Amino acid sequence: MLYWDYAAATPPYEEVVQTMEQIMKLHYANPSSLHRAGVEAGKLIRRSREVCAAALAVKPEELLFTSGATESNNLAIKGAALQYEGRGRHIVTTEMEHPSVYESCLQLQKRGWEISFIKPERTGIVDPDRVAAAVRRDTVLVSVMHVNNEVGTIQPLREIGNLIKSLNSRVLFHVDGVQGYGKLSVSLKEWKADLYSLSPHKIRGPRGVGLLYVKEGVMLSPLLTGGSHEDGLRAGTENVPAIVAAAKAVRMSGEQREAFADRLTPLRDRLLHFLRGIPEFLLNSNEDGAPHIVHFSYPGMKGEVMARKLEELGMAVSTQSACSSLLAEPSRVLLSMSRDVSAASGGIRISLGDIHTEADVTALEQAIMTAVQALKIVEGGMK
Amino acid sequence: MRDIESEAVTGEGKSINYADMLLLRFGEFMLKGKNRSRFEKTVLRHVKEIVKPYPNVELTKEFGRIYVQLNGEPAVELVEGLKNVFGIASISPVKVSPSELEGILSVSRHFLNIIAPVPGTTFKVKARRVWKGFPHGSLEMNNLVATPLLQGYPGLIVDVKSPQLEMKVEIRKEHTYIFCENIAGIGGFPLGTNGKAMLLLSGGIDSPVAGWSSMRRGLEVECVHFYSFPYTSELARQKVVDLTRVLSRYAGGIKLHLVPFTEVQTAFTGIGQDNLIITLMRRAMLRIATQLAEREGALAIVTGDSLGQVASQTLPSLNVIGRATVLPLLRPLVMMDKNDIIELSKKIGTYDLSILPYEDCCTLFVPKSPTTNPNLRIVDKIEATLPGYSELLAAAVQATETVRITPYGNELPKDVVNVQAGLQEEWF
Repeated sequence: MLYWDYAAATPPYEEVVQTMEQIMKLHYANPSSLHRAGVEAGKLIRRSREVCAAALAVKPEELLFTSGATESNNLAIKGAALQYEGRGRHIVTTEMEHPSVYESCLQLQKRGWEISFIKPERTGIVDPDRVAAAVRRDTVLVSVMHVNNEVGTIQPLREIGNLIKSLNSRVLFHVDGVQGYGKLSVSLKEWKADLYSLSPHKIRGPRGVGLLYVKEGVMLSPLLTGGSHEDGLRAGTENVPAIVAAAKAVRMSGEQREAFADRLTPLRDRLLHFLRGIPEFLLNSNEDGAPHIVHFSYPGMKGEVMARKLEELGMAVSTQSACSSLLAEPSRVLLSMSRDVSAASGGIRISLGDIHTEADVTALEQAIMTAVQALKIVEGGMK
Repeated sequence: MRDIESEAVTGEGKSINYADMLLLRFGEFMLKGKNRSRFEKTVLRHVKEIVKPYPNVELTKEFGRIYVQLNGEPAVELVEGLKNVFGIASISPVKVSPSELEGILSVSRHFLNIIAPVPGTTFKVKARRVWKGFPHGSLEMNNLVATPLLQGYPGLIVDVKSPQLEMKVEIRKEHTYIFCENIAGIGGFPLGTNGKAMLLLSGGIDSPVAGWSSMRRGLEVECVHFYSFPYTSELARQKVVDLTRVLSRYAGGIKLHLVPFTEVQTAFTGIGQDNLIITLMRRAMLRIATQLAEREGALAIVTGDSLGQVASQTLPSLNVIGRATVLPLLRPLVMMDKNDIIELSKKIGTYDLSILPYEDCCTLFVPKSPTTNPNLRIVDKIEATLPGYSELLAAAVQATETVRITPYGNELPKDVVNVQAGLQEEWF
């Protein structure tokens, strides 16, 4: 079985596994304890924060560790909303955000917040002017993802950040950076980002840990209370092994970013070229997107059918994003890009990782070919 | 001999990113005839320390100035670091132009565009022809440079007496230096040129500020910290190490003496004079610091005392406590308001550490009502009759551990939790 689902989860680096194991054995103490073992565990957290801060070119005290990017996104949005309710009750985001952002916004909407969901262009890229046009004096937060998790499009964060800040200097800018880090350059200062979420398990780190950058001076109302952990922003005993291993993954994938892109871009381009040659398919990503995601639709063929057929042929791929692929509904992301329901229900995401080779891509192409030919016979009857 | 440059400190540093050289000016110590060259060398050594991480930087020293050629290194970072070098009064970002008229005119025009003076700004050009082979004299150059600038910027008003904006043009054989802005440096005396003192470092807000103020006056300081394990925690000592590390940024490296104080302190608790405990403790600290000063060749003791702030800092207390040492007691903050001290501590980067909530040995054992007016006679008598008092002090000095702390090092006292013991760098 060849694994083509790196955008959903990645195999951890061997070093990450080793770090986890050693620290679980040696440093089980609670970092909040007064004794020496606790103090040592606390130092591990401190060092992890420094390592991650260096990778992101921010200050260590601007980073906090959460249980994952879902929590980071929830905390960024709801935490800012609760904290800054006095400024207004309006949020601007896009129609193609990850569910953890999108549904946090819907939850606020039910409580009387006004949410402007910006529709991306057909290309899957959000027009900065449309975001800016939605910003008002009472806008508390703008949230735009770096790389879309389904189709891999890259959002113009620098333009968006600068535009919205010039219109309303108090508005906070949150970036869901999960699919971008380790693949593209990240510049929180240039984007003028105030909040930035990261998920180590997408960059070959451990699960159960996430990062949230909170720019100096920005306050959040905590969602989890019950201790002064993480500067009072996130109560709960620190997950020491996962945090240290996360720092390792952040550092390693940051260092290997350019090599990663150099290796994967030709493979992705080759796949895009191949898929363009299949008349049944409609491509949803292109060469301008992130180097690890290729997405296409087979209009009329449910995505899950194609995925099951490919699995039978030894290829693990995804429909939609992993967080929504259990729902048998058309993809919200593809609908937002003005695809019709049949195309939006037939999406397949192939996401690459640093282990993939030319030979793997050849095998995948053959499998796709076989799958299309097998499914074409029944295509008409499916409608 | 040329006059000391006495230039008003102006400029927000708009031209930093345009500059390819920084001009550093020495401060008040320039007036001190005999010691000048020693002082200048000390500043140069400190500057060298700051530019070490930037391999392309080249330094040249001239009378009253140091030139820092950037060669592509980041000017903003360097200015931030060099501003903190004691003895440097101001920094000017310089653009270097070839020594020919056209080049000078074009650079000066570009320079003015970057400064973008608001209409109504008073202005003058001050050219200085160091290289007499240049075809135009200084006065002629003033006109040659100023005329096209004034034409391009009709909002500027010429004022040759006290202009708000003064563009300097220094014509040398190899290059011409053009600069406008003076960014304020920290001033003071070069590091250690006024001798050495022991600083009593508690971990609070005041004592690090007192240390920095002393260093700015050219004192080399060694820090003395008293700890009372198990009454104070490991974290309190770590905090003092961290504070010393921040201070060491201004000095390159600082010695920290950690004195075990538990025995001395507990000796005072059994004598039934609770309201005098703080007085007795402070005197014991001064005695120990004095012995350390003799050992280290220091000639004074620096404290963070600020008049009236707490019971031990009333005038009667300062009097009784101060008599415990024959060395001069320097109290840089004695007449400062707390708010000003806090502002300074934020500026020098010690505030966030200082407010961490770990008990130090002074906050423990504090009696309900410490005296603000101790009686010297009684205090003397208690100390004279305390069994084994001087041995206790000697033992504390004997058991003192000394660590040299550097800005980016990882030095730690032996029995503070060692980073390396629990933490393996390969995990990260």
